[in-house]
Amino acid sequence: MTVHRYPTLAILLHWFNAVLLIGSFALGLRMVGMDFSPEKINSYAYHKWLGVTIFGVVVVRCIYRQFKPPPALPSNMAEWQKTASRLSHRLLYLLLFALPLSGWIYSSAAGVPTVPFGQPSLQLPDLLQRDPELASALKQVHFLLTRLLLVLIFLHIAAALKHHLWDKDGVMHRMLPKVKFWQ
Amino acid sequence: MNDRISHAPPDEQHPMMNLMGVAKYAFLFLLGLATQFAFAAQTVDLERSEISFGFQQQGVPGVGKFNKFSAQATFVPTKPETTMARVDIDMTSVDLGDKGWNQDIQTASWFATRQFPVSSIVVTGGKMLAPGRYESPGKLTLKGGVHDVVVSFRSRIEGGALVLEGDVPLKRVPFKVGDGAWADTSVVANEVSVRFKLVFKK
Repeated sequence: MTVHRYPTLAILLHWFNAVLLIGSFALGLRMVGMDFSPEKINSYAYHKWLGVTIFGVVVVRCIYRQFKPPPALPSNMAEWQKTASRLSHRLLYLLLFALPLSGWIYSSAAGVPTVPFGQPSLQLPDLLQRDPELASALKQVHFLLTRLLLVLIFLHIAAALKHHLWDKDGVMHRMLPKVKFWQ
Repeated sequence: MNDRISHAPPDEQHPMMNLMGVAKYAFLFLLGLATQFAFAAQTVDLERSEISFGFQQQGVPGVGKFNKFSAQATFVPTKPETTMARVDIDMTSVDLGDKGWNQDIQTASWFATRQFPVSSIVVTGGKMLAPGRYESPGKLTLKGGVHDVVVSFRSRIEGGALVLEGDVPLKRVPFKVGDGAWADTSVVANEVSVRFKLVFKK
């Protein structure tokens, strides 16, 4: 069976994105419960820096995808599965855009501008005026989008494993490195 | 002697006490009047005046303001050397725009408002740097610490009223504002700028 892999750069960006997302999620989950401390301030800062980076990576991935489309899915895959795959990937990308954006405007409404990597020259403009009520609503939006993304990522992983373990059709290998360094 | 005092009839003690009381209050009244007189030339319109501060955490700019303060000041644009001002800030009136932060900043590590509810700045003298621009030395008492500061400000007339607007750059660590783990200036920067706008009554 020949496996048509994603281009190397696409694979690298996918996994880089995954690592950033796990880090950002873990940090976000932990920081909200922290007591007021330098660690909390730093955690929020790093969480925002990660969010900005993730947004950048997703933009690059989307553009790259236009030039180097993903390898075709196995021809024996059911049509509904192909549709489901297309839709879920679109939704994944949509959420990967929406989540950092929602964090950014939530920050604006909370009155704390986003300054990537602590560099004042990189400070993002505030899209909204400070508004505590709007801020708490946007916080809920950010949480809701996070939950949605988690569900989709769970489905994404489940589908990949289903193809790998059940169908054994090489779909998961398209996103794995050629060199099997784990063997 | 002891005998005489202890056995003195009560009606003889009262007029003395009254006289002392009157003298005390008269003195305080006169002192108050003198203070009023010293500042009589100019009265600060607290409703229209503002005191705020700017800081940075991880490169993120933040602002806070004080909703309650009192201010006395005399300032003559042509005689900056006669400048006198005293501003007392109610530290519990701090507003960072978030209820939780307002509580956090009043804790012992930061303003410690339970122990130090008021901070004050006293300014005497000054010089003109350029037309409409001045600089005055001051003493800031904050969280029990007293340090010299430099107040730079501009004066202008706004709607017929004299307005002084400027800032006091200071470092928070010497005042122990942000103590213990917070003294790490890589999280919250050491530099803080206190900004003010004093509007005088016409």
